[in-house]
This record gives sequence, C-alpha cells and structure tokens, in this order.
Amino acid sequence: MNAWLLIAGVALLTAAIKAAGPLVLGARELPARFTRVVGLLAGPLMAALVVTSALADGRHLQVDAATAGVAVAGVLFWRGAPVIVGVLTAVVLTAALRALGAP
Amino acid sequence: MSFRRGLRLGAGFASVPLLLSLSFGVVAVDAGLSPLQAVVMSALVHAGSGQFAAIAVFGAGGGVLPAVLASGLTNSRFLAMGIAVAPSLPGRPWSRALQGQTVVDPSFVMANRHDGTFDRWLIFGAFAPQYAGWFTGTVLGAFGGDLLGDTDRLGVDAIFPAFFLALLVAELRRPETRWVALAGAVIALALVPFAPPGVPILAAALAALVALR
Repeated sequence: MNAWLLIAGVALLTAAIKAAGPLVLGARELPARFTRVVGLLAGPLMAALVVTSALADGRHLQVDAATAGVAVAGVLFWRGAPVIVGVLTAVVLTAALRALGAP
Repeated sequence: MSFRRGLRLGAGFASVPLLLSLSFGVVAVDAGLSPLQAVVMSALVHAGSGQFAAIAVFGAGGGVLPAVLASGLTNSRFLAMGIAVAPSLPGRPWSRALQGQTVVDPSFVMANRHDGTFDRWLIFGAFAPQYAGWFTGTVLGAFGGDLLGDTDRLGVDAIFPAFFLALLVAELRRPETRWVALAGAVIALALVPFAPPGVPILAAALAALVALR
C-alpha cells in the first residue's frame, strides 16, 4: 500500500514540477537577457549532475572506482566516441577496478 | 523533420536509459517494491534520478513523504528547464503542461537552439526512444534482476555519471559555456555536505545568471 502511495506521490510531484514553467510563463515573449540565461543553463546543470554522482555519495565527497571509469569515459566523449561506447567503457573499467580490490 | 531528427538523436542515447533503468528495476525490488510497482513507477514518472532518490529513502525506511520530497528536490532542475522551454511551447495551458512532460535531460540539451528557444519537435522526438528504453529496462531489471546479483560489483553505478558526462561534453564544445559549467560544478560540490541531494544541482543553475550582466 505504502509503495503505491509513494509511486502516486512521486508521479504527481514530478508532473507538477515539469508543468510549472510552461503553465505559469505561458508562451509570452521574454526579454533578451532571459534568453541568454536560458542558453547557458544546460552546462552548469549537467556539470552538477556529473560531479554530484561521480564524486559524492549522499552528503559525503568520495572518489572510488566509478570516478576513474567516468573520467576515462569523459576523454572518450571529448574525442568523439559514441555515448554507448563511453558508458560501457566506464562500466567495464569500474567493474575491473573493483575486481582488483578498489572501493 | 525535427521529430525524426530527435528520434535519431534520442535513439543514440536510449541504450543508456535502458541500462540505467535495468539497475533501477533491481534496486526498486530490493527496496521492497513488487516488480509490477517498479514498472508502473517508471511508466508514470520517467525521471531516473528522482526515482532513484525516492527509492533510496523509501528502502532505508524513511517513509513515503520524505521519499517523495527527496525525489522532488532531485527533480527540481526540471523547474529551471521548464521555465527555459516555456516560451517555445505554444497552445492552451493544459497542452503546454503536457508538452512540458517530455522534457528530459537529453531532450533538453539536444533541442537547445542556443538563442533562447528550443525546437519542441526535437524534444518530442528525443523523448520517445528515451521513454521506451527507460520502460523496457525497468521491466528487465524488475523481473530478471535476481539473475544479476550485486550490481555495484558490475560497475553499474558508473552509468549515471557517464551518461550526464556525455551530455556535458556536448555542451562544452561551445567555449562560452565552459566557465559557467565549471562554476556550476564548484557550486554543486560545495553544497553537497550541507544540502539535501538535488538542491546542489538546482543551485548550480544560478551560474547561468552570469549572462544577466
């Protein structure tokens, strides 16, 4: 029962978060300064997602095998590797490092 | 045209949500959800990081309300993305709200025209394979997870950051985003020890305000 409540709660809250901007702002014209901010948003958002998932566990900063795997994937992406190649490299490298005893 | 381009771009990324949601299916069942519940959750929510956050709190015995709040904070970046895409979504309010549901991280990054507008058909196109991959992976993980065993041993926790790194690298090809992205990373890391998960990510968006000067 609790699990269904959880699912309903997360689904409704997520939908509301995604709907808020388009509902409240509508299709009105926005000033040029706003559009410049918008164009820059993706960079810091993605950077924050990367560092908080690769360098932190909850509220602790930590470096582990996955950090190394992800770093190598970053080099591959920069050199133009397809997404799945970089991601699988990160996974295999992380698993290999753990098999060798890394955290 | 844009829709088909979005489909193609989204399909390139779809293998990753497939892997990621496979691990979600495993983790959700471990946390006490039935396989059906895990699948329904992915079908209705389709926001990976928020689902992982909710399950982490719920599985640790944190209760329904804290788990829902954790997912909301983790997904709070979609508030910023929703504001960003709002002017590009035409139609009546309910239609705009519905279109806003198709904003996921890859569709947001790929559809950005970098002139303040977004190609909404590219958003829809990129969303479709993402959703299909996310749903399929959850089914596989939830019903077949027993076969995998300990997923951390398999390096599955590297998928999530590597996925976002691919999106980040695409952004970094434009020199003007580099310092802003770096500032976002610093803000997020600085807040990790003090703020609930998700908040550091939303706060990182503040770095984009540098464009106001």
